[in-house]
Amino acid sequence: MTSKHQNYYVPSQSGWPIMGAIGLFLIAYGAGNFVHQMKSGGSGAGYILLAGIAVILFMLVGWFRNVIDESMSGLYSSQMDRSFRQGMSWFIFSEVMFFAAFFGALFYARMVAVPWLGGASNNAMTHEVLWPTFEAIWPLETTPDGTKTQAMGWYGLPLINTILLLTSSFTLHFAHLALEKGNRGALKLWLGVTILLGLSFLGLQAEEYIHAYTEMGLTLASGVYGNTFFLLTGFHGLHVTLGSIFLIVLFFRVLKGHFSIDNHFAFQAGSWYWHFVDVVWLCLFVFVYVL
Amino acid sequence: MTTTTHDTHHDAHDDHHHGPAKGIMRWVLTTNHKDIGTLYLWFSFIMFLIGGAMAMVIRAELFQPGLQLVEPNFFNQMTTVHGLVMVFGAVMPAFTGLANWLIPMMIGAPDMALPRMNNWSFWILPFAFLILLSSLFMEGGAPNFGWTFYAPLSTTYSPDSTALFVFSVHIMGMSSIMGAINVIVTIVNLRAPGMTWMKLPLFVWTWLITAFLLIAVMPVLAGTVTMVLTDKYFGTSFFDAAGGGDPVMFQHIFWFFGHPEVYIMILPSFGIISAIVPAFARKPLFGYASMVYATASIAILSFLVWAHHMFTTGMPVFAELFFMYCTMLIAVPTGVKVFNWVATMWRGSMTFETPMLFAVAFIILFTIGGFSGLMLAITPVDFQYHDTYFVVAHFHYVLVTGAIFSIMGAAYYWLPKWTGHMYDEKLGKLHFWCSVISVNVLFFPMHFLGLAGMPRRIPDYAVQFADVNQIVSIGGFAFGLSQLIFLAVVIKCIRGGAKAPAKPWEGAEGLEWTLPSPAPYHSFTTPPEVK
Repeated sequence: MTSKHQNYYVPSQSGWPIMGAIGLFLIAYGAGNFVHQMKSGGSGAGYILLAGIAVILFMLVGWFRNVIDESMSGLYSSQMDRSFRQGMSWFIFSEVMFFAAFFGALFYARMVAVPWLGGASNNAMTHEVLWPTFEAIWPLETTPDGTKTQAMGWYGLPLINTILLLTSSFTLHFAHLALEKGNRGALKLWLGVTILLGLSFLGLQAEEYIHAYTEMGLTLASGVYGNTFFLLTGFHGLHVTLGSIFLIVLFFRVLKGHFSIDNHFAFQAGSWYWHFVDVVWLCLFVFVYVL
Repeated sequence: MTTTTHDTHHDAHDDHHHGPAKGIMRWVLTTNHKDIGTLYLWFSFIMFLIGGAMAMVIRAELFQPGLQLVEPNFFNQMTTVHGLVMVFGAVMPAFTGLANWLIPMMIGAPDMALPRMNNWSFWILPFAFLILLSSLFMEGGAPNFGWTFYAPLSTTYSPDSTALFVFSVHIMGMSSIMGAINVIVTIVNLRAPGMTWMKLPLFVWTWLITAFLLIAVMPVLAGTVTMVLTDKYFGTSFFDAAGGGDPVMFQHIFWFFGHPEVYIMILPSFGIISAIVPAFARKPLFGYASMVYATASIAILSFLVWAHHMFTTGMPVFAELFFMYCTMLIAVPTGVKVFNWVATMWRGSMTFETPMLFAVAFIILFTIGGFSGLMLAITPVDFQYHDTYFVVAHFHYVLVTGAIFSIMGAAYYWLPKWTGHMYDEKLGKLHFWCSVISVNVLFFPMHFLGLAGMPRRIPDYAVQFADVNQIVSIGGFAFGLSQLIFLAVVIKCIRGGAKAPAKPWEGAEGLEWTLPSPAPYHSFTTPPEVK
């Protein structure tokens, strides 16, 4: 029992958090003014935003280097490792709830708001008085005020993307198994393949967006179908981007010989994150594209 | 619960090479849970005074019917920012500060589990509020759409500062989520050997459940403000029927966050009261296990009641009934708690030092707030009360005489442990009596105003409400001034006073009282053995 509890590492003072706080402040203040200037004119806030991003990137590199050094010099106990694992799991849970808000919006719009505008339930007069010609059909290709768009089909690019991302979850799992067996060669190979699959996914999604904007008239502003489509796939794409960066950093750490059979929290965390992003995509594919 | 430590005296020796750094950088760079707890508590108190000053503006304007002091738009900014500051700046950080100070000491841990992230989650908060408060001085003014920022007030009709509001709320949410992750991981992973789940002090239990609620709903708030941002600036129509969205959808998503949020602001209070009442009744807490289960039930139910804020939006009758019954169910576990506190006091050897006075006042006044909540839960009755001063009275009873009173009680109860000095009991009692009388003069008549039909969030009102509003405003000014006594007590206690023993309260239980007062910079570098 005592060995489980000895030497919990409490780091001494650190300058990274306050740097991160200043970075976040610049991002929030810059972004807040930037979107306002985008709409009403003016300039300059974009630079504050960029400065904030630069500070945050610098902070992340420094903070993580600090943590990696501590980990490599053996300061962390298995109890510390559990703290990190639990922290990461709860962080992923918070991300799940973030996506839940947008899935909630999608379900509400589709199951309640749009049918009610079409007169369902006890809303016959809503339909009659507001937009009598409106037809409640999902995907909502014509909004009540007449904005027209086209719905994205599930075949083609989205299906290919689903296959890419599902495969990448398996390849990452193979990489993990290789790490646990101490097979560094296979680890590098499978991790590299995973990163390539992730980047291809991003490339194809960019192409899908271009196609939507230029040929289908499907934009962020094309009614609640376009809103939910772009916010859900957009935030998911952002998470794939972050996950890919995470995996690329892990790849370089693997090349440097980091991680051992029983000490590889960072790898575990990156892998959890990737699987989480994959599950989100699966829900997206079903609820945004197929159904 | 019996707790013993075998090496209390060693701790004082162990930290000679790890004392606090000197100067301002101690606070900026710190990874120490006590320093960070202190920062949270002071920040919360400053925000309490700023939010309080805004409440004074509101009460001054409402002292008489007609428009006297401020423009209606500025009045709306005051109600909005008052709410945001008090919820996200005063109450929540106060609880996080208490969690930081107390949880490691209560479970026999050396510090919080993730100390650097702990620093980060505090220091982003002042910046978030800097952004929010600075918008008061912007052209167009601060947010004026109420702290609930209902669409389309926050989208179509909102001021230019809305984007700043959105991003500051994002930062507040990140702070809460990181703080909550730290609390959960600390409790799950850093308990001393022998500190089993059902030996945890209730403050730790309630915070564990609160932290779960925070991680579950703060991201939903982030999603909500994001949709407000895109609706206002990027042409989406989540909350606009013309594009197939629905303003009522805003309320659903917001209150899915908002209802658990109100339990986030009261569950730690339950833990505090469950620590104070047994100490001054000199009896163990009645029904410890039922307290734990009641807290968990309240947390689960909190996810199923959000639409009781929306009874008048024209939901289907089935939904109205479902949310009405679920809401009324919450009275059951809450009643269990109130019963247990009263049963703890039953035939106890009671004394009434300041913490106990606040705890007893909490039990009575929070229960009043709970009962008015039950009244509001009844759908057909809510049709009359909705958006009146009855609602204002209700949530100020649960938040001021509930949450704030418990925080005050906690401050008095643990101040000797934090500062090493006893606070001035006479001043403390003066603070209590001034507060408890004025707060009732302030909020109780609001019930009658609401029942008589006075709407909330309006700078002007019909003359028939004039006399009661004057009484309410006088109570408000008195309550505001009374809090300066609290400031005086705290400063006096930090600077000196009678030396506090390790355990200043005869009936107090828990590991934190086995440490000397003031508690050493590092609590338990070697974990104590809990028997």
